[in-house]
Amino acid sequence: MEYILNPWPWYISGPLIAFVMALLLYFGKTFGMSSNLRTMCSIIGAGKTVNFFKFNWKAQIWNLIVVLGAVIGGFIATQFLSNDSVTNLNPATIMELQNMGFENSGATLVPNEMYGLEAITSPKGLFLLILGGLLVGFGTRYAGGCTSGHAITGLSSLQKPSLIAVVGFFIGGLIMANFILPLIF
Amino acid sequence: MKYLKFLLVGIFFGIVLVKSEAVSWYRIYEMFRFQSFHMYGIIGTAIASGILFLQISKRGIVKSIKGADIFVPKKEKGISRYIIGGILFGFGWALIGACPGPMYILLGTGVFSMAIAIAAAILGTYIYGALKNKLPH
Repeated sequence: MEYILNPWPWYISGPLIAFVMALLLYFGKTFGMSSNLRTMCSIIGAGKTVNFFKFNWKAQIWNLIVVLGAVIGGFIATQFLSNDSVTNLNPATIMELQNMGFENSGATLVPNEMYGLEAITSPKGLFLLILGGLLVGFGTRYAGGCTSGHAITGLSSLQKPSLIAVVGFFIGGLIMANFILPLIF
Repeated sequence: MKYLKFLLVGIFFGIVLVKSEAVSWYRIYEMFRFQSFHMYGIIGTAIASGILFLQISKRGIVKSIKGADIFVPKKEKGISRYIIGGILFGFGWALIGACPGPMYILLGTGVFSMAIAIAAAILGTYIYGALKNKLPH
């Protein structure tokens, strides 16, 4: 039981993520989480103004069910399958985050400094979450996929477009984490 | 009932991503600062296992539930959309520390403020759809 309650090592987690992809392919579907954002646009009527959202979203219900499951899985994992262990971060990471104003790094999954009530009710905090969400939503659809569709499925099937997209993900991520975040915080 | 299997896959996915800490904002930050091997290990072994599975299924050893060949749709050719879209996505990923899968999962772990980012991501997707024909692909 300790093995389940403690954080899982990377060499167990990686193959399990591939197993999720394999299961969905076995069921005749694909592993792609960002497609649901497009489906949600369609459900709330975006097809009336933009053709890109005019498609039969009912054929995508299975993927929304995966999302629902993922939400439930997140709940089960934190409520029943976790102990109070903290994320075992590099001490250097903790130190530099502290210098940027982030306290108790690793005690929670996301920093209170960005997701806490105080943060989201401040103009800066709210702006950052909205900006980040916009970039993820816009970027992923522009690139035609996210981490699941490109990094896992696309690279596993040795597709060049996915390699280009993943290189893009990392260029963007490296610039943000190394140059922009230190300016923001 | 036909959706039950997808619910179970989703639950499994959510549990794996929480237990692996791949949904942790800090793990994403650490990855982009090259201060930990953890996320590289996860992504690397996921891709290696995925390649193995797809190579096996390509030889017809594994079939889909309906007995058909395992099929991965081909991505359209192009460079601009992948590099520009990818970079914009990377900005967002490192800022909020979550990509689409973890966004939903974190909501389930009790990070309710993620709903703001999810709503913004839906809006971002809409903006892409509206500008699609004006963008280089």
